[in-house]
Amino acid sequence: MLEANLHKHLRDFPLDLNIQVNPGEILILMGENGAGKSTVLNLLSGLLKPDMGSILLNGRDLYKSDTGICVPVELRGIGYVLQNSAVFPHLSVSENVAYGIKAHHLQKNLITDQVDRWMGLLDIQNLANVKAGNLSGGQKQRVALARALAIRPALLMLDEPFTALDTESRQSVQEAVRTCVSDLQIPCLVVTHRVADALGMGDQVCLLHKGVKRWEGRPSDMPDGKCSYRHEIPLPKNVLTLSLDTGRESR
Amino acid sequence: MNRITTHSMALSFLRPHNYRRTLTTIGAAVLIVSVTLYLALPVVSLFFRTTPELFISSLTDPSVISALWLSLTTSVISLGIVILVGTPFAYVHARNTYPGKMIVDTIIDLPLVLPPAVAGMALLVLYGRVGLIGRYLNIFGITLAFTTVAVIMAQIFVASPFYLRQAKSLFEQLDPAYEQTARTLGASPIRVFATITIPLTASGLVSGAVMTFGRALGEFGATIMFAGNLPGVTQTMPLAVYIGLEGNFNIGLTISILLVLISFAIMIAVRFLATREVQHA
Repeated sequence: MLEANLHKHLRDFPLDLNIQVNPGEILILMGENGAGKSTVLNLLSGLLKPDMGSILLNGRDLYKSDTGICVPVELRGIGYVLQNSAVFPHLSVSENVAYGIKAHHLQKNLITDQVDRWMGLLDIQNLANVKAGNLSGGQKQRVALARALAIRPALLMLDEPFTALDTESRQSVQEAVRTCVSDLQIPCLVVTHRVADALGMGDQVCLLHKGVKRWEGRPSDMPDGKCSYRHEIPLPKNVLTLSLDTGRESR
Repeated sequence: MNRITTHSMALSFLRPHNYRRTLTTIGAAVLIVSVTLYLALPVVSLFFRTTPELFISSLTDPSVISALWLSLTTSVISLGIVILVGTPFAYVHARNTYPGKMIVDTIIDLPLVLPPAVAGMALLVLYGRVGLIGRYLNIFGITLAFTTVAVIMAQIFVASPFYLRQAKSLFEQLDPAYEQTARTLGASPIRVFATITIPLTASGLVSGAVMTFGRALGEFGATIMFAGNLPGVTQTMPLAVYIGLEGNFNIGLTISILLVLISFAIMIAVRFLATREVQHA
């Protein structure tokens, strides 16, 4: 279970957010560009440090401004897939998946077992020896996901994981994320700007606007009016309905 | 009939549009040939001034061997120091904003525009026997000027910007997402640097190192000012070429040809590395 209370002064506005995600549950963070969505993930992962607040993951304090606790990034055990997946282009797919496990100094045969297992689960075992720089967008996303899950994270975070994907691979990656999250019973945070993604895989949705929570609740209850960015992006009505429909179907 | 065709073909370039195109082509060709010749002829002429026999016999001359040996060892040591200190320096410099960063940037580039003789003079004024720092070192019996150490110091001063600039821009261009991801996967900062940062910038770093090596090998002005011209101690290949003018011309010629060959090898190495893709997208 993740409980976080984050305060951070950003350049244009202060970020002030309370979130809670239960094990096996997916929280979708939505909001317009620059609302602070990615910043939330960076604060949780430790790549950025909050000014104040606390991060509690499965009863373990990762950050607490009162006591001065701040666990370094590499010891947080959070699987974080950054935007554009950032697979290491100089390594093969299996080396990418193994990267995190190797950093934890496991025995060699254990590493191979784990790598095979995760490549199998995400259906990329046939790519094992391909240099990751030569993969397609969807394949890279799967590799990044396998790499993040292979460290057996206590929390999974995905930043815009579906932008580079076509509809078909988007659905299959969403399916893979859902399965892994419920199998491992870990909390999961997904940043996206697509309503269909929220409806397709979210358990909870949190709408961010300039660093503060605008609305929170089940994706199906998401209000049309309160999501400010829907008005900011001029989409024709029928396109929006269409994307909502496909989202529902894929769920 | 046949004659008429030949005739009209011969005169076709006189028609206005053909005539203009022909002139442009000739102009472009003259330009390319003259610039290339201006740069290549002096170098090529070195090879015509000697014979293979003379070249090979001069190769075994003790002064050639000692200059070659001294040049190679000092350049390798200089390069080693530049890489060992310069790589972490460039990384820290590229990844942080700090007051005076612009000034540091300018100082890094300074040796590129500073006349090497001035660089040598400056080193002498600072580290010489009566120099600002040199006089205190002298108290402890440490002399830097006119030693092999001075050769290395001059080479580092003049050649390091080639590596520092290259490394700095590579680290600035590298997408931080790779390193951030590696950190979240449990790798320590040093491990990330060794397994992600360096491999992703390696080919660019090597080409920067090759340029630095080439510049160190050819260093003349700062060396002769700060290190002097002592055979076997500070007389590197370019200095031996200069001395060859006064003494044995063939020795100077042989060393010149050696330097040309090494320079060519360096250019080919850089070309080869530059064509390999630097990954940072």
